[in-house]
Amino acid sequence: MPDRQRTEGLKATCLVLHRTCKDLIKRSVTPNNYEIFTMNFKRMWAMFTARNHEFFRDRAAFGWNFAFPFLIIVGFGLIFGGKEHQQFKVGLFTNTPQIQGTESTVPLVFQQGKYLQFIDFPSQAEGEQKLKHHKIDLLLDSQSTEHHYWINDSSPNGYITEQIFLASLVKNSEGLAKKQIVRGVQIRYIDWLFPGILGMNMMFSALWGVGYVVVRYRKNGALKRLKATPLSPLEYLSAQMLSRIFLIMFTIVVVWIGSNLIFHFQVHGSYGALALIFFLGGLSLCSMGLVLAARGTSEEFTSGILNFISWPMMFLSEVWFSLEGSPVWIQGIAKIFPLTHLLTGARKIMNDGASLADVQSECLVLIATTLICLTIAARLFSWNE
Amino acid sequence: MKTIIEVIDLRKVFGENTAVADASFTVKEGICFGLLGPNGAGKTTTMEIVEDIIAPSSGEILYKGQPRSASFREEIGIQFQHTSLLNFLTVAETLLSFHKLYQEPEDLQILIERCDLSPILKRRNDQLSGGQLQRLMLALALVNRPRLVFLDEPSTGLDPQSRRNLWDIVRQIKEEGKTIIMTTHSMEEAEYLCDEVAIMDMGSIIAWDTPTRLIQTHCQGNSILLPESAFKMKLATLPFTWKRRDKTIVLETAHIHEGLNKLLQLDIDLTDMAIHSSNLEDVFLCLTGKGLRD
Repeated sequence: MPDRQRTEGLKATCLVLHRTCKDLIKRSVTPNNYEIFTMNFKRMWAMFTARNHEFFRDRAAFGWNFAFPFLIIVGFGLIFGGKEHQQFKVGLFTNTPQIQGTESTVPLVFQQGKYLQFIDFPSQAEGEQKLKHHKIDLLLDSQSTEHHYWINDSSPNGYITEQIFLASLVKNSEGLAKKQIVRGVQIRYIDWLFPGILGMNMMFSALWGVGYVVVRYRKNGALKRLKATPLSPLEYLSAQMLSRIFLIMFTIVVVWIGSNLIFHFQVHGSYGALALIFFLGGLSLCSMGLVLAARGTSEEFTSGILNFISWPMMFLSEVWFSLEGSPVWIQGIAKIFPLTHLLTGARKIMNDGASLADVQSECLVLIATTLICLTIAARLFSWNE
Repeated sequence: MKTIIEVIDLRKVFGENTAVADASFTVKEGICFGLLGPNGAGKTTTMEIVEDIIAPSSGEILYKGQPRSASFREEIGIQFQHTSLLNFLTVAETLLSFHKLYQEPEDLQILIERCDLSPILKRRNDQLSGGQLQRLMLALALVNRPRLVFLDEPSTGLDPQSRRNLWDIVRQIKEEGKTIIMTTHSMEEAEYLCDEVAIMDMGSIIAWDTPTRLIQTHCQGNSILLPESAFKMKLATLPFTWKRRDKTIVLETAHIHEGLNKLLQLDIDLTDMAIHSSNLEDVFLCLTGKGLRD
């Protein structure tokens, strides 16, 4: 898309957003509820510091907040951190007794093939058992001159491995097709996964740390005590949101430094842009948590709602895997979630070296989500119902 | 004396239960006003509606003759019966947090001394005893130098010593000219602290006056209690209104002197005599036929 067209589109989006927010606030501020949107920074700061004190003193929650993402990153780094990701597994066995000097009939091209892992089995039966359960993709008699092989016809990986095997049996295949190599900076899986895990941790921290905690305060009467003061819902909710975003950013910095010592992440864009997109993402996720916490005193119900939202968000926002190639409607649903935009922006900056201008649409969506959710939360908020 | 709070035809319905049924009363500035009644009478609901914590189903509340505005919360202090604070904060941090929420707060040192919080300033909220927590809650209610203080069952769960200390603080607050509205089911507390008392039962206000006038209006006066064995004549011939309570005879008399003279003339043994002056509990008994603690 030409730059001018893109700029015009963004301008139009900004205008619509501006009008929507103005209208929302105008509709919300009536003479009867004008105090909802009162904003006094001294009061907000008092709540912000109180919440921070509480969080830093709760050693268990504090420690887990760092340990959880760190353990996941280290775990996945160890599992997928190998230089070559061996994706297809080939089982080997022989029906003929091993005679010293007998050579394998498996083509050398296949034996040296990339992304193939070979596993020896003592018998055909044992190999077939693994094949039935999709533990391996192809089973091969390594001494058979007729190249006997077995596959599970319900396994997509089995089909691909079979094609690789059959291709290795064809001699002089060179020249049948023209090969060209694209060279670029290699993006390791851990570099792609890392923003996803940070985003996932942010999501859980924001939704549960804000949504669940506010409901707990309402249930035990702490909010009722605050209602008796001049504190407005907007001041209280903003303080909760900013306190959580402060903790989230602090966690990200600590986890990043710790993980970077082990994995040496490659960041192709600027750290400032990356910090900004994480900050905006954190704000939007916290404001979503505030909407969920606007009412209700049942921790169990809130827990159910939080699970209902966080699990689909985690799977559809490309935390673990890309949605490339999935149905268009699934990709459409994924765009509803702020985590999707956060991760898209973060990966563009980290993996592709995108600038802030390149991720402005993601930033705008995150800002809009924050403003809309915060307005709705303040409007719906109840201290004691 | 000016009226500070006016409650007009207040009604609160929860589903099929009517918690407050058309309650009306006024509170004059500078007095201690008590809502007295048994558990479930609707005292706390009435109080929380006046505090603007819950909304009424119908009725009107006026503060200084006007509907309550945003400044109402700057001018009131509330000690709730059931509430909670952030567990991991210390007493000092909690006081400071609430202190920052108001435009013209009280000097913290004065507050700490008044509520005797110095020894527990560094203690976490979740490590406080019942009495210490009540003192902190009272300090929070006074942190903004309120003109109107609401105390909901302030002495519930306190030992006698702590209760006395709390009462002393409440009296000091009253002496400063602040208005106090409190709920209690303790007639002793109401008599000790309140200038006016509204008695509530089943959501309605059944009587409202000064404690002295309530007793004078609704009770005979005093009772003389004697064991049945002290009477050698037929009880029916006694020149008293009387009733039997287990093995004790309760004689009612408007004036103790007159009653005692009559008993001496009848040559009745007064060795195990006890005298009971009527109190608010008797008023409640007279009005509803049941005790405050039933």
